[in-house]
Amino acid sequence: MKIILTSLSPDILSVIDPRFGRSACFLFVDPETLEWQALLNPAISAPGGAGIQAAQVVVDHQCSAVISGDFGPNAYNALKAAGVPMYLFGSCRTIQDAIERFKAGQLEQIGAPAPAGHMGMGKLH
Amino acid sequence: MRIAIASGKGGTGKTTVATSLALSLVGQGEQVNSVHLVPLFLDCDVEAPNAHLFLKPTFNFYQEVGILIPQVDEARCTHCGRCVEVCQYHAIAVLGKKTLVFPQLCHGCGSCTWICPDGAISEVVNEIGILERGFTPSGIDFAQGVLNIGEPMAVPVIRQLKRWATPESDQVVIVDASPGTSCPVVEAIRGADFLLLVTEPTPFGLHDLKLAVEVAHELQIPTGVVINRAGSDCGYASIVEAFCLEQGLPILLRIPFEREIAEGIAQGKTLLEIHPDYYGNRFRQMFSQIAALS
Repeated sequence: MKIILTSLSPDILSVIDPRFGRSACFLFVDPETLEWQALLNPAISAPGGAGIQAAQVVVDHQCSAVISGDFGPNAYNALKAAGVPMYLFGSCRTIQDAIERFKAGQLEQIGAPAPAGHMGMGKLH
Repeated sequence: MRIAIASGKGGTGKTTVATSLALSLVGQGEQVNSVHLVPLFLDCDVEAPNAHLFLKPTFNFYQEVGILIPQVDEARCTHCGRCVEVCQYHAIAVLGKKTLVFPQLCHGCGSCTWICPDGAISEVVNEIGILERGFTPSGIDFAQGVLNIGEPMAVPVIRQLKRWATPESDQVVIVDASPGTSCPVVEAIRGADFLLLVTEPTPFGLHDLKLAVEVAHELQIPTGVVINRAGSDCGYASIVEAFCLEQGLPILLRIPFEREIAEGIAQGKTLLEIHPDYYGNRFRQMFSQIAALS
């Protein structure tokens, strides 16, 4: 099993990054063995569509869950279509804390997207 | 002749200047550079068109604006991801066995349709706005674009407005642009013979004026400046004037910081209706200067 979390630095000892599409890094983690790999977010400065690209990363790496601070409408719709469960960091400050709470089933699974950004993309279809 | 009005900073008085200039040219055909036709006014601030509040047109003609967006036939799609690779705007994503289109990110370029090896993509119209045209009581030929609420892309609406509402050969066109200096402004002022930049004597007004001047240089459009709220007591007037002097930008009009003007604009009046004796001639004089400079 491999899950993906958004982090501020490419390390499992990192603090979380609450942004999904604009996060600094993606961490791929096996919650059982704590083996991990990091990817710097290539879309951090993309003019648009960062959430969709991030969702594409999640799906391309066949992650079975994704944990972040929030998910915008496009990312939410993409991940929902791909059937990847989304979880929120909630009060977690570090990646390790988030993994522990994920394993204990204490993270909230998200059912609706966060409000859209300034580009007026809040109209959900 | 096509005169565009832009500013950089919002709220400096683009629409005040544009509507007053248009109104000053009505019925002045013989007097002003032998222009016989009534001006054509294009409100290209499609995210928030407001010139109609001052010129009060009655719209008789309408045209919907749409862009062609991809529609994926899941039965033919092999999820190869070629469309994702070619899309510069990340408007299409292949997620496992699903291909998703995000209409609000799509620029309608058609690359995905063209590259699809399985012929699984066709194009459908996605309506993003509407164009409206009619005459004002004063006789101005008026057209505006209105971007639908929630749509992020203004440029296709502006481009279509300019194609749809075309002037007669010797008709003066007044283009009211949106604030800022990004794509919608570039699209609105492109092709203009003269650019009027409306600024105010504040740090923000000057900062954005500098950006707007750079855009004008890039597009090689002769430019002049209107200083609104001139004489407002913030000590920035001389800095703005010095910048214009240094850049060789003619200051064509100074509109004073005056309560009567602010009240009139709040009531939907142009400068010509607020001070008819002064501004009619003043704007026609400015038009002659523009004609000489462009």
